[in-house]
This record gives sequence, structure tokens and C-alpha cells, in this order.
Amino acid sequence: MKSLGSIRRDFAPWNDPSAKPYIQFDKVTKKFGDFTAVNNLSLTIFEREFFALLGASGCGKSTLLRMLAGFEEPSAGRILLDGQDLRGIPPYKRPVNMMFQSYALFPHMTVEKNIAFGLKQEGMPGSDIDKRVAEMLKLVKLEQFAKRKPHQLSGGQRQRVALARSVAKRPKVLLLDEPLGALDKKLREETQFELMDLQQELGLTFVVVTHDQEEAMTMADRIAIMDKGEVMQVATPAEIYEAPTSRFVAHFVGNVNMFEGRVAERTADTTRITGATGAQIVVDNGGAATAGSDIVFAIRPEKIKVSSKKPADAVNALEGEVYDVAYLGDMTVYHIKLDDGQMVRASAMNASRVTEDPLTWNDRAWVSFRPDAGVVLTR
Amino acid sequence: MNSTWSRFNITSIVLGFAFLYLPIVLLIVFSFNESKLVTVWGGFSTKWYVSLFHNQGLMDATWVTARVGVISATVATVLGTLAAITLTRYTRFRGRVLFSGMVFAPLVMPEVITGLSLLLLFVAVGLDRGFLTVTLAHITFTMCFVAVVVQSRLVSFDRSLEEAAMDLGAPPVKTFFQITLPVILPAIISGWMLAFTLSLDDLVIASFTSGPGATTLPMKIYSQVRLGVTPEINAACTILIAVVAVGVIIASIANKRREVQRQLDEQAAQRG
Repeated sequence: MKSLGSIRRDFAPWNDPSAKPYIQFDKVTKKFGDFTAVNNLSLTIFEREFFALLGASGCGKSTLLRMLAGFEEPSAGRILLDGQDLRGIPPYKRPVNMMFQSYALFPHMTVEKNIAFGLKQEGMPGSDIDKRVAEMLKLVKLEQFAKRKPHQLSGGQRQRVALARSVAKRPKVLLLDEPLGALDKKLREETQFELMDLQQELGLTFVVVTHDQEEAMTMADRIAIMDKGEVMQVATPAEIYEAPTSRFVAHFVGNVNMFEGRVAERTADTTRITGATGAQIVVDNGGAATAGSDIVFAIRPEKIKVSSKKPADAVNALEGEVYDVAYLGDMTVYHIKLDDGQMVRASAMNASRVTEDPLTWNDRAWVSFRPDAGVVLTR
Repeated sequence: MNSTWSRFNITSIVLGFAFLYLPIVLLIVFSFNESKLVTVWGGFSTKWYVSLFHNQGLMDATWVTARVGVISATVATVLGTLAAITLTRYTRFRGRVLFSGMVFAPLVMPEVITGLSLLLLFVAVGLDRGFLTVTLAHITFTMCFVAVVVQSRLVSFDRSLEEAAMDLGAPPVKTFFQITLPVILPAIISGWMLAFTLSLDDLVIASFTSGPGATTLPMKIYSQVRLGVTPEINAACTILIAVVAVGVIIASIANKRREVQRQLDEQAAQRG
């Protein structure tokens, strides 16, 4: 398979077989009574990585984080941090700190005292504490709010205090539970970049739990998609989006068109698929699919071209009728009902102000895509 | 809503407040009566207040009541807080339902029964009735009130505060004293005040469990009234009313101020 690579930076210890794992979940299971929150899960996170656990609520991502922090003990399996087994080590002795979803700021203490709390616990001398607190306040740009109590701060300011408090002790790993969940959209976007800068600046390992895929895609080096206590796929954001390995992942992240079908012919670099409704699709990479097997062909809307005439050079072209058009400003989304009944979603960037090939409701239309535009999923 | 002062409205208010406060006003007025006869006005005087402070029996009873109140309220607050914490935190131990029922049962238990059963117990174990027994009895019946007050605060307590403290390196005991206790302190204080007030005005249980030399103020007042109400008693009651009223007013002003300040702070914070 062609490497999709990391767009962000040249940091990919997961591709280096000699790289030492930093956090290791080794066949971890966590049960609450009869309910299995985490099921025989193994996961490796590297030093200085920005790692995101992404999933719907109840998928076990928060439990995983809480086990790492020490608030829950695994029912089975081991968690290793820098080679050390964490079993039996209480939260107050673990070299990890957590930023809570509710921020959990101590309401009876000023901003300053909140940030100093962790430093006091480790018995740091007073003058050093003052210095570190000042440094942290500067880092999150809250110098003039040092003497305020949490209820005297806005949501965004509270979030930054929580962040400053959790990094003040310079933990080996910072755990973030839905760190931006309580902020409004605009502030959330700004803060995403602030968090990324902070992680780079401090050189810490970040493990963030989120249900917001955009947030995970923006910030993380790698994302683990979780469902029902299991990891479905661990990969870079680009890989997750462009090369999902299962229907669940393809569906979970972004929009996708799915063609149910069967592999009609399989050679080294071509896979011919017959759709359940008769569509013929040629793909230049079939993954693990073998001839005769039932598969799903998944393709993202922006990889599909919509035109009024059949493109001359198209390998894959299917005919249908425009069912719906949604103009969103930066792009236009088309819903095309193919003649075989399948609905296809296609999106086109509005690169110029006038569309050359305007299509509207009930027009005949062709959808076409390149042989490398989608992926074949076997599960 | 109709906000005009109709005749009906005025009449209801006057009648309602008269019903509530006429007895107390009467008591206060007659505490300044010159005459020794309680119901006959003989001119204004403060002599009963002076003689009150020379009435050794009444002063002793006040002192006993204060000591019983402070000690029983304090012990009841500690025990009640512990019970409240156990009931909110450890929700899955055996017999929790029974335990919580038993903590709150004395709330609805008739005082006569509580008093009588305590008396029987003290007699059975051979405890001489006096200061100790009345204090123990007051701890018993005020503890559940404290537990109710503190528990209602703990239910809304954000557990992640404690987790955050532990995460930052504070062991459980330190977390309790540095985070949990300060946050629930207002509830504990109101629990203490409630327990103190209940102890202060209890007559029934004290009558059962007290003995010679440990007569509380309500007992003293009651026994004196049986011999005829003196203006001295009126004066004592007026002082009690004044103390309670001042306490309530100070508490509500402080509360109101805090609330207003909090709202102002929050508005300021929202503006940035």
C-alpha cells in the first residue's frame, strides 16, 4: 500500500520497529459487574506523542484514561508506563496528571493556589513553587488573574487554569478528558492549536479522550478509534480518513459512500467489483479481498466527480439523477440517485464563483471516480 | 398578579401576622412591665432584666444549656458528617438501606419515646442522670439532623475534585481535609447551628434524661411558669428572642451579600 505519511511533521516512532513504547496497554480488560467496559485491549503509545482516543460515549475510552490515571484498576492485563507496571500504584503516586472534563478546579482556592496544589504535595520549596506558578500563569496567559477564584473566571479561562494545574508538575504523561468539550465552537478551535503548541513546547506525551472527530483529527499524531471496549483502528488522522480498515471506522470518521458488492475478479493490481445492484467498479487495490468474497467499497464524497456528460477517460462512471443539491458556500454537496437505486453523496469544491457545469434537481448526471479513490473493506 | 392593596389583602396580612407574632410581642412588651403582675401594665421599667442577672437559678440553667448545646452540637456534627459521608460514598455495602433508615428514624420519632428510651437505657447501665446523660441524649437526637443537612450537600459534590487532588499527589486523608472538608464546610456549619438550636430549645428529652444540677434553661423556665409567670421569665425569653433574631439576621445578610457578590463576579467573568 502507498504510504499516506504524516502531513504534520517528521515524527513517526510507530513506524520504527526499534522505538521503545512509552505507554503499553497489554491485553487490558475492565469489567464493572457484568458490563465489560474495556475488552482485552492492547495499545502502544510513544514518548512525546499526541495520542487521541476517539469514540462514542460508552465505548470505554474514558475508562482507559481512568485506568492510566489510577482511578480504576484493570480486571485483567497490565498497563506499563516507561517499562514500569502500574498495577497497585495509587493515583497520587503516578507520574501522570489529568485534566478533567469538568476542570475540577478547587472552588475555595485562588487560581494561584490551584496551580500550586500539586507542587505543594511533592514538597517543593516555597520559592520554587512561586516561580513555577508564575511560569505556568505566563504559559496560559492568565498572569493578571492569579488572585481570582474559579467562579470569577470565564469558561475559557477556567479551562486554561485546569491545563496549567495539570502540567505544573511536569508529568511524564498528561491525560486530557474531553478537554474542550465545555467550550463554544470558536474558542474550541483556537484552543486546539494552543494545546498542540503547548505539547510541542513542553515535550510531553498527551493522551486525549474525545468524541469529536474534528478535534482528534486536528490535534493528534495518531488516533485510536474505539467501539464497545475494543480498538477498531490505530493510525494517523490521514490514514484513518483515507484508509479505514473497517466499515465502522469509515462510517465513524467523516462522510462515506458504501457500495455493497462482490469481488468478480482479482489480479495483483486490479480488483473488479460487481455491486449488489449491478454497478461495475474497478479498483487498483483490493486489500485483503479475494475473488468471490463479499466486500464493501467505500469512497469519500469529495473523491467523486459529478458531471452532466460521461467523462471520456473515466474508468468508473455510473449514471443517475440529481436528487438533492446543497450549496454550502465553500462547496456544494450533491445527492445523486443512481439508476440502480443506490444513493451517492458527492461534494465539489467551489473553486471559482461560477460553476461551469451547473447541475440542478432532476438533471441526468454521471458520477465518476479514479480507481485509487476508494478502499475495499472486508469487515 | 394583582399588586394593589385591596381591603381583603390588608386584612389577611394583619390577621396573619397578628396570629404569628402577637404572643411574642405581648411577651416582649410585658418584660418591660413595672408591675409584678404579668397581665397588668404598671409602667415602663427594665428592673426585671437587672433582677434576671441576679437570679442564680436562671443563670445556672443558661450556663448548663450553653454547655450542653455546644458539646452536643459539636459531637453530633462530627458523627453526623461521618454518617453522611458513609451513606453517600459507600453505596454498595451490606445493610446500607437499613443503616440509612436507622440514621434518619429519630427525625420522625416522637420526642417522648426518644426521651423515655434513653432514660431506660441510662437506668439500665447505671449511669447517674445529670450533665453527661442530657448531653448524650442531645447528641443522639441532633446527629440525624446534621446527617441530613450534610448529605444533601455531598450529593451535589463533584467527586472529580477529590480525584483531581489525588491525581496531583494528595493522599486520601490529605484530600479530605484540604478539599472535601473546606468545600462542604458551609453545610457542616449549618448542621452545627441546627443541632445547637435544637439542643437549646429541647424540653421533653431533657426532662427525661437530666438530673439534679443539670437543669437546662427550658426546663427551668417551664418549672418556674408552673409556679406562676414572673416578668423575669419574660425578660429571659426576650433576650433569647433577641439573640436568635440577631443571629438569623446576620446569617441572612451575609448570605445575601455573598450571593450578590457571586453574581457580580460571574457577570464580570463572562464579559471577560
